[in-house]
Amino acid sequence: MANTEKDNASQYIVDVDNVTVRFNKANQKVDNLKEYFVRLVRRQLMFQEFIALKDVNLKIKKGEAWAIIGTNGSGKSTLLKVISRILKPYKGSVKVNGSIASLIELGAGIDPRLTARENIYLNGCILGHTKQYIDERFDAIVEFSELEDFLDSPVQNFSSGMKSRLGFSVATMMEPDVLIVDEVLSVGDVLFRKKCINRMNEMLSHGTTLLFVSHNMTTVKSMCNKAIWLNKGEVVMQGDIDDVCDEYTTTIEAKKAKEKAEKLKKQRALDAEAKAIAKKRATEKKQ
Amino acid sequence: MATKPRQYKEGSFFEVFRYKDLLVQLVKRDIKLKYRRSFLGYVWSILNPLLIMIIMAIVFSFLFRREIALFPIYLLAGRSMFEFINTAVSKALGAITDNTSLLKKTYVSKFMFPLAKITSSMVDFVFSMGALVVVMIVFSIAEGRVLFSFWNFGIFIVVIEAYIFAMGLGFLMAQLHVFFRDIRYIYNAFSTMVLYCSAIFYDVGMFLEKAKEQVAAGSAPLALYLANFIEYCNPFYIYIKQFRFFIWAPTLDTVPQWAVVTPIDFLLGFGYAILMFIIGVFFFRRSQDKFILYI
Repeated sequence: MANTEKDNASQYIVDVDNVTVRFNKANQKVDNLKEYFVRLVRRQLMFQEFIALKDVNLKIKKGEAWAIIGTNGSGKSTLLKVISRILKPYKGSVKVNGSIASLIELGAGIDPRLTARENIYLNGCILGHTKQYIDERFDAIVEFSELEDFLDSPVQNFSSGMKSRLGFSVATMMEPDVLIVDEVLSVGDVLFRKKCINRMNEMLSHGTTLLFVSHNMTTVKSMCNKAIWLNKGEVVMQGDIDDVCDEYTTTIEAKKAKEKAEKLKKQRALDAEAKAIAKKRATEKKQ
Repeated sequence: MATKPRQYKEGSFFEVFRYKDLLVQLVKRDIKLKYRRSFLGYVWSILNPLLIMIIMAIVFSFLFRREIALFPIYLLAGRSMFEFINTAVSKALGAITDNTSLLKKTYVSKFMFPLAKITSSMVDFVFSMGALVVVMIVFSIAEGRVLFSFWNFGIFIVVIEAYIFAMGLGFLMAQLHVFFRDIRYIYNAFSTMVLYCSAIFYDVGMFLEKAKEQVAAGSAPLALYLANFIEYCNPFYIYIKQFRFFIWAPTLDTVPQWAVVTPIDFLLGFGYAILMFIIGVFFFRRSQDKFILYI
């Protein structure tokens, strides 16, 4: 099994192989020399290990759309960061055969002091493209972002919706091989959100690979065909979107029901206590 | 189709060639932001060194007995060179920590940010040369002879040396600053020390004369040791000396011995620059994967 997977390694556009990410969480943040030496002398430089991802395998073929699901703190963002080369894995390897555009946060790299025009060039260059490449796509970016009238005013005067439109347009118009989207579509108005989803679907049909993080199961199901479910840094399940999503929903609902039941139980106990106290007070008053 | 640029090893310094257009954009940003919405704009970058020069020239010409010919040019040349390296390094120092939000969200060669700061400081330096031109024109008129000469073009060599040196020191400081935020204060103290050790408002010839007196008096020539230390162990001075050799020395009838630049000076200048560059790149490469955990 392992051998055949290795032989086929080149057919994957994203190959996450046995990745473990470990953080050394300092008990207290030491970020200056003075404190560092004081603690060194007192032997107080202590670290706590924290495993954010554990032995994660994820093989993605070109043109697939993967959803990454899981509760808060399950390692979704860490996985995206490892894939987009922001974080280096502690163990294992990540291979990406192509260009990546990550929309981990819309507007990352937008300098509020610069104008929209300047920001388009700056952002395109940050994504690793040449000026000529951006020149060719400049009009399309402006048209998609609907910012024709504001091109030469500084971005600090823009609304947050305008800023995210700019960020999304730059990232998607560059036609990356892999697009990473991390819950950014919750901003902006409904119309633009729909436009974004259409644009992503269009890119998918052109062969772009998509990695999508969202809590909204309906959006996920409509966009993606595969899914990986993470819990506390470990893969719970991966495979076809419907199987994983259904399993996830049932588990989450079961968990929620359980929590609700527990909450109800606690509430009843508190109610009973309140009654007892009221009774006691009433008897005290009588005396 | 997405462009497929030449592959450079991830994290290597040579990756900056892949991002050369980004360098242009970042430098443009720094320059634009500096001069945009500022009333006097470019005039400031000339006026500031000019005013400081005038004050220092007045103060120091009263302070020292020995006279340095065309002292304002001597002073301004030395000071602009020192300021170039100093501002380049102190801006590069914060380059990684100032781009936290970007580095947390997308992959980009981390060398780009200090490099962009150093490059924009070089552009600023070239702009501020206007002050030197003004002073030289004024003195040309006052002296009744042309102080500009063919030698002036030699400054390009010096600027290249200083640029490489500043890169090395800038990379080293930028990576240290990620882990230790108080490195900025240490660097500031260090640069003040270097300022006084770089013969900006005095000249090394003073030490050599003092050394002769000391030898004549039969004591150890401590002043000579100090002069040698400044001349050979202080890269800042090496670049200042060369810069003056191409700007200030051609205006003199006889160039004093201590101001003459020999091939050894160029060797030392490039030697220090390349050594610093290798050290800076080495430490930066070694620690760059940990930046994300500290910013």
